[in-house]
Amino acid sequence: MNDTSLRKKAPRSKGAAPGRKAAATLTQHVVEVISDSGEGAQRCGQALGAIAARMGNGVWTVEIIPAEIRPPARSVAGASGNRIRLGASSVSNGGDETDLVVAFNEQVLLGRIRAGELKPDCTILLECTWRDSADPKVAASYREAYDRLVAAGYKVYEIPMEQQCRALVADSRRGKNMFVLGMLCSIYSLDLVLAREQIEQTFSKKAASVIETNISLLNAGHEWAEANLDFKYHIPAARATVPQIVVNGNTALALGVLASGMEICSMYPITPATSASHYLSECFHRVGGIVHQAEDEIAACAFAIGASYAGKCAVTITSGPGYSLKQEAIGLAVMAEIPMVVVDVQRGGPSTGQPTKVEQGDLLTTIFGSHGDAPKVVMATSTIEDCFYAMITARKIAETFNMVVVVLSDASLATSQTPFARPGFDTAWVAPPVDQSPMPPGTRSYDWDATTGLARRLIPGQPDGMHAVTGLAHDRLSRVAYDPDINQEGLRARSLKLAALQKTLKTPPVFGDPHGDLLIIGWGSTRGAIEEAVECLRGEGMKVASMHLQFLQPMAAGIKEIMARFNKVMTIETNWSDSLEDEIIDETNRRYAALATLLRARYLVDVDCWTEVRGQPIKPGTICRVIREKWHH
Amino acid sequence: MTNSACECLLQLYEDQLELEDYQSGVPRWCSGCGDNAILAAVQRLCRDQRLRPEKTVFVSGIGCSSRFPHYMKTFGFHGVHGRALPVAEGIRMARPDLHVFVNTGDGDCCSIGAAHWIHAIRYNMNMTVMLHDNRIYGLTKMQVSPTSPKGTKSNTTPRGSQLEALRPLTVTLGVENVSFVAQAVDWVPELLYDILHKAFHHRGCSFVRIVQRCPEWLPNAFDPWMQDPMRLLLLTHENGLEPGATVSRVYGNQEVHDPGNIHRAREIASIDDPIPVGILYRNPSVPCYEDLCQSGELNTAEFIRAGLEAEFDKFTVWPQVD
Ligand SMILES: Cc1ncc(C[n+]2csc(CCOP(=O)(O)OP(=O)(O)O)c2C)c(N)n1
Ligand code: SF4
Ligand SMILES: [Mg+2]
Repeated sequence: MNDTSLRKKAPRSKGAAPGRKAAATLTQHVVEVISDSGEGAQRCGQALGAIAARMGNGVWTVEIIPAEIRPPARSVAGASGNRIRLGASSVSNGGDETDLVVAFNEQVLLGRIRAGELKPDCTILLECTWRDSADPKVAASYREAYDRLVAAGYKVYEIPMEQQCRALVADSRRGKNMFVLGMLCSIYSLDLVLAREQIEQTFSKKAASVIETNISLLNAGHEWAEANLDFKYHIPAARATVPQIVVNGNTALALGVLASGMEICSMYPITPATSASHYLSECFHRVGGIVHQAEDEIAACAFAIGASYAGKCAVTITSGPGYSLKQEAIGLAVMAEIPMVVVDVQRGGPSTGQPTKVEQGDLLTTIFGSHGDAPKVVMATSTIEDCFYAMITARKIAETFNMVVVVLSDASLATSQTPFARPGFDTAWVAPPVDQSPMPPGTRSYDWDATTGLARRLIPGQPDGMHAVTGLAHDRLSRVAYDPDINQEGLRARSLKLAALQKTLKTPPVFGDPHGDLLIIGWGSTRGAIEEAVECLRGEGMKVASMHLQFLQPMAAGIKEIMARFNKVMTIETNWSDSLEDEIIDETNRRYAALATLLRARYLVDVDCWTEVRGQPIKPGTICRVIREKWHH
Repeated sequence: MTNSACECLLQLYEDQLELEDYQSGVPRWCSGCGDNAILAAVQRLCRDQRLRPEKTVFVSGIGCSSRFPHYMKTFGFHGVHGRALPVAEGIRMARPDLHVFVNTGDGDCCSIGAAHWIHAIRYNMNMTVMLHDNRIYGLTKMQVSPTSPKGTKSNTTPRGSQLEALRPLTVTLGVENVSFVAQAVDWVPELLYDILHKAFHHRGCSFVRIVQRCPEWLPNAFDPWMQDPMRLLLLTHENGLEPGATVSRVYGNQEVHDPGNIHRAREIASIDDPIPVGILYRNPSVPCYEDLCQSGELNTAEFIRAGLEAEFDKFTVWPQVD
């Protein structure tokens, strides 16, 4: 390792002189750009993703967000930026540890190393202005960190970013990000013309001089890398043939709200859900919509119920703790059969900080929560594209069945981007006008169908549709009922609707062979990682397949039959489950992961589980390791 | 000519709504319960204003008083405890063409729903809010309420409540954007009707506290006030109530109070005895939240498509053209 870790020396030098190096061909690579917050690493990373996407590469970007709003500069916990996975074909997840990182200071880099996010032989491009800092403490800490990194086996390149930018911009701290973008374009052999166009687009609202400056920074970075770096990569790309949308899961959800024809979103801020509402607030009025920031989640939910009751199906967007507060009102909506879409962008737990990170914490809460028997539809999004279409589906189901539909997303999807084909608008997506047609005399407000439990919804404004909806047990005329038979009848009808919906669901497809030794079942954002792992393990000869559930309540028919075709079934989830390796845990007290619990209860099948709650998306490599270990047991 | 005159008459006949057109079911309130009087006044108001029953919604929470919507032959929403106001706000935001009324108890509004109460005043959405203040939790069988006078003996305060009562009107008048505050008592139907009439015609959130008898749990609590008309303070003004001669004669304890005067309104709001009755405050110029939010656009599919495509454009990566 010694010679490769020398400063500015070639780690993989095969005799190529700088400027004439041959590009090594890769199928995929994970690159991170990290800085103090406010230094523009985010923008750089996003631009890199967009350029690669235009080249036709598969791209998955993840925001790296510090827990604090303004963490102190140069702090270990303050890393802000982007992690970009580039691939020769489409990419479904953030991948494994990072291969190459560009760090604006050594402290944010140390933070990422401590989090275990870098490969042991990761290439590091490090801003070296700190080496000669006027502050002796800063200089000393930089030098010490540098030496340790080199000793640890990382390939560290010191890059005089600030110094190089100084000639081009007054505030070279601020210009660095575009210089880095230029460097990365050189490293990954990306098209500079596309990069320039991307900058023009990014700064389209700024003055022409701003665009010019940024393009000159981009060029400078590119030239510098061409002249000074001794390595270069090329990731083959299949040219995109259709327009693609590049947004994160929360923006996709919000776009889905627009497309669904819903007109009212009521919410209360909570991470990681809020950014969906931020974006909606920016654009919802352009389709005649309204975002109402209520005084709390209870009010937000009640407001949505009011709007839906009055004929305009509404959405309320939240995360776990906010969902807890909405539960009583959700119970009311279930009882009164008011359609409503509730989005839960899941996170870990109460409070703030770590709990705001990636976790699939609310599956059982959303299925079983509220009070009494409260059947509602629970579906989970598993890709960014899904986040968009799920909202349209959710509203349709909500209004067809007069039910509450919970859409589960999570912090991973919320902050990740990957391109998907630009949807073609379909007028069938949007809601019909509010029904104001008169009702024939004698119309009953809950005329439950004996088979499906479905009843027509009467909307205020409909002549002769007058009735008082109530959260109390009620009869077909919506009269408060004390008769035990009526309670039985109402509960039956509301429950049957789930079965009626279930009859329309397709059996989820199996990824991999239709039978084999192990079936992995997942839900939500783990899809990409699970499928990638399955592919990898099948390549190693293992008979592994996976299945991903979009509908968790109700579950489609055919799942049990699929499970029966495998020797073993397990779930992989990002929520808590007890490990049998713990001394006092055994089969009589083990708490299973959420989906495993559901599958065991419903199908009487011995479903095992493996879970991880590190606040990060599960990596495909981790899944491979876990399965291999189980396999060889 | 005759033909259209006939049609007019027919129309008039059809538009003629009777009290029965607003009555539904037999109220299950105790006899002598003040809620009965409020219901009668509201049904009269609806009839006199010829409110289309299908265009009228009564929203409530949970409590004896929240049974109200079931007894109106209009649309009704009997929700969960404390959340009537946000439900009503959602309805109002979605459907400005509906008449929205809210019936809420003192526990419903001033305790579990207190946050919503304060914010409802601030939103100032066009609706008529009736606070049925019986100073006790009726439905759950006599527990102390935030508006119970200090010393009230209840099932949770058997030795008498320790805290001073919260005054709903002073709280309401302290909230920014307050636009209509009035007080009525259930046992003077003419005034109750006049006050609800004014509240209904005010555009904004009209908050009416109605002092309501609960003979079941607080029997005779208001007898001294009922027996002595001088223990009501009748607020009169050309911009407020202008009571008829009979009422004026009976309720001689009067003050000419300009509902535009918020300072005096706040003073009046803190008077417990005599009980002030009338319009304390009215400011028609406070904007309504729903008016500030509405874009006025019709959400046609074409309109949504245009907006959506414009948003897509912002995030689209176009394929390279050669
Ligand atoms: C979440 C919740 N907590 C408690 C209750 C029980 N509860 C029903 S009504 C009520 C209080 C009723 O008092 P008030 O609002 O003054 O109405 P009143 O019956 O006096 O008209 C309570 C505590 C409930 N229904 N829901
Ligand atoms: S308990 Fe009191 S408030 Fe409830 S109905 Fe009876 S008298 Fe009215
Ligand atoms: Mg009460």
